[in-house]
Amino acid sequence: MPSNTGKVMKKILILFGHPAFKRSTINAALRKAVENLEGITFHDLYARYPDFLIDVSHEQKLCESHDIIVFQHPFYWYSTPAIIKEWFDLVLEHTWSYGVAGTALAGKITFQALTAGGNLSNYRAGGLNMFTIKELTTPFRATANLCQMEWLPPFAVLGIHQGLPKEECTRHAEDYRKILIALRDNRLDLTKARDCELLNYERKSIINEV
Amino acid sequence: MEQFLLKLLIFLAAAVIAVPLARKFKLGSVLGYLIAGIVIGPFGLSLIDDIETVMHFTEFGVVMMLFLVGLELKPSLLWEMRTPILGMGGSQVMITFVAIGLACAFFLPWKQAVAVGLILALSSTAIVLQTLREKGLMNTSPGKSIFSVLLFQDLAFIPMLAILPLLAAAVVHTDTHHGSGFFDITTFPAYLRLIVVLLAFGLIYIVGKYGSRPIFRAIAASRVREVFVAAALALVIGISLLMTAVGLSPALGTFMAGVVLADSEYRHELESDIEPFKGLLLGIFFISIGASLNFILIIQQLWQIGGLVTGLILIKAIILFAIAKAFKMPGNERLLFALALAQGGEFAFVLFSFAKINGVLPHSLTETLISVVAISMFLAPLLFLLHDRLIAPRLQKTGAERPADDIQHGGRSVILAGFGRLGTDLGRLLISAGVKPVILDHNEANVDILRRFGFEVYYGDATRLDLLESAGAADAELIIITLGDHEKSMELVKLVQKHYPQLKIAVNAVDRGAAFEFMDLGVTTIRRETFGSALTLGQDALQLLGFDPYEAYKIRRLFRKKDKDTMPELYRIHREDEDKYISMYQQHNADLTELMKKDREIDMEELDKAWAAANPET
Repeated sequence: MPSNTGKVMKKILILFGHPAFKRSTINAALRKAVENLEGITFHDLYARYPDFLIDVSHEQKLCESHDIIVFQHPFYWYSTPAIIKEWFDLVLEHTWSYGVAGTALAGKITFQALTAGGNLSNYRAGGLNMFTIKELTTPFRATANLCQMEWLPPFAVLGIHQGLPKEECTRHAEDYRKILIALRDNRLDLTKARDCELLNYERKSIINEV
Repeated sequence: MEQFLLKLLIFLAAAVIAVPLARKFKLGSVLGYLIAGIVIGPFGLSLIDDIETVMHFTEFGVVMMLFLVGLELKPSLLWEMRTPILGMGGSQVMITFVAIGLACAFFLPWKQAVAVGLILALSSTAIVLQTLREKGLMNTSPGKSIFSVLLFQDLAFIPMLAILPLLAAAVVHTDTHHGSGFFDITTFPAYLRLIVVLLAFGLIYIVGKYGSRPIFRAIAASRVREVFVAAALALVIGISLLMTAVGLSPALGTFMAGVVLADSEYRHELESDIEPFKGLLLGIFFISIGASLNFILIIQQLWQIGGLVTGLILIKAIILFAIAKAFKMPGNERLLFALALAQGGEFAFVLFSFAKINGVLPHSLTETLISVVAISMFLAPLLFLLHDRLIAPRLQKTGAERPADDIQHGGRSVILAGFGRLGTDLGRLLISAGVKPVILDHNEANVDILRRFGFEVYYGDATRLDLLESAGAADAELIIITLGDHEKSMELVKLVQKHYPQLKIAVNAVDRGAAFEFMDLGVTTIRRETFGSALTLGQDALQLLGFDPYEAYKIRRLFRKKDKDTMPELYRIHREDEDKYISMYQQHNADLTELMKKDREIDMEELDKAWAAANPET
């Protein structure tokens, strides 16, 4: 992509966690769309640490060498699969990512790319899940805040429970790819993005086309 | 041809009858051979003649034995033994030589006294090593000291051959010398001889280190077993000839070759190929020693020979004991060391006839002394027996200076019995977790090496109550048993249960059957030694086949859990089958069948249900 107009291309780290990845069509599609892009490191946590023994210093170095950190995972019980929680617990050390001296992640952009069974109407006040996705992911937002990171709303693929047609899958994957490329090439309007509900639902308005 | 076969038959038959009998009465095979020799010899049934030729031929068994000993001794280990070899061996040969020489000087001219002193300083490598190996003492600390002395004697044999002719009363010119027929190196000047000798050793080293592997690989690839046997024999014989040609002891040469090949992957193959030949040759060699006992001479000079034998054994034993003490050997090992080496050796036969030929010693004297040496060799296995039966048990009882180390750090909460392949890693794990076990191991070499690396390893047989006691079994919390030997482990479990009922037991079982036996004893923490690796390797295999790493991991964990769950059931069925008195083989098959049936019932779908119920495709 020659579109990064003179600016330095940002480096993106995708921390991926899915304990049954083989059965997830949507995550396979999302992964496939971005995995081999220039400037993107796709890091499969379950494959790397099947026994959950996370190599903390390796993970910290990975984070340090990237500008954008994306957590891609299914939305289990309004949260993440176990290994991503384990990752937070171990990797986000005091004096590394938070606390007075902990500025390793400061200024880095972060967001979640999640897939959920319920559709938009379930994720609202009065709906089956009572809260919006944005509300339910506030713990993540607070985490990012504590680490002085640049938080963005989640990229969310919803309604998987009803079945997702193939073209839908492809569309989401393409959206994901476009957003990541825009972020990488500094073409995403961060101020606008911060205020939207879900990154992918307002994709067109936040990406500056060249 | 028939003559030869008949003779062979007599030797073999004698061995076949005598050795099992001797072993039955716990006399050891060497004594069995010797007695067989007396029985079939000229003073017994008179079935064989030309014993000297047989003896010379079968002496080759000693060469093979030293090759085998070398194979078990890596260069680094040999280097470690340099102090005992030079120190103990050197002082033994020198002091014994001086003592016997001085004693003889009262009766003989000084040159003859020197010759006799030199020759009688040597002990019997054949008898002593064979007995040590049979008793499994080779790797113990007294065994190693004894071996060191024998090795030095082997080295000393060479200069003795050079010195003896100088002691001739009158210069006898003779072309019979010790060298082989290839070329006569004794005519070379000394420096040239040294160069030739060094070249010979260099050749053995280079061929052994670099040449042997491709050669053996090519031979092994032919998959014709006897060719490998032929190659192994050719190797040993070739080195013997080379050594003889340069005027060195063939035994020493093959020993060096053995050491060089100790690291080779073909070591075991070589061992198992040479072993039977060595056994047979040595057996016949011992028989011929028995047969060579000249009873007429012995009866004629009964008092003289009896006195000389007693004197020889006493002088040698006392000197050896003093050396053992000087080199700070533990108290109860000193007597074994002294008695083991207190005889004359087969080298004496060679050297006496060599001395006779060179006009150093008169015929009548060598005849008498050869009988003395032969009788002392005959007595050697008996002295071992004496030590085993009478002395060792007493020393054990007093136990003040056991060979087992005195354990100063007793009272730790964990005892780790057995520090072999499994115990080593287990011990490392515990130590890394800050748990410092008192480690007991029966392998001397292990103990020394590991201790140098800062492990707290103690030498001793863990099934000995006194050792357990001093390891702090009374106050310890846990004993982990990782002995390689199942019988020993069972023994230890029973011992612990009887004397230290408070001690928790964790045990390694060699297989499922062994695990069942531990379950019989009520042990609950049992791990089968290869099970963990099997499953881990299985996980690796699944991953290589394209399974998701996490999936492979989960399958392994689930399988292990299921296996554990089925264990009590399998145990019950196993014992029921046993009550039906089916054969071991049938029992094994029945166990395996049950195992496979249970495996088929394992529900791997358990894995699929997770993360799937609500969100099938997230």
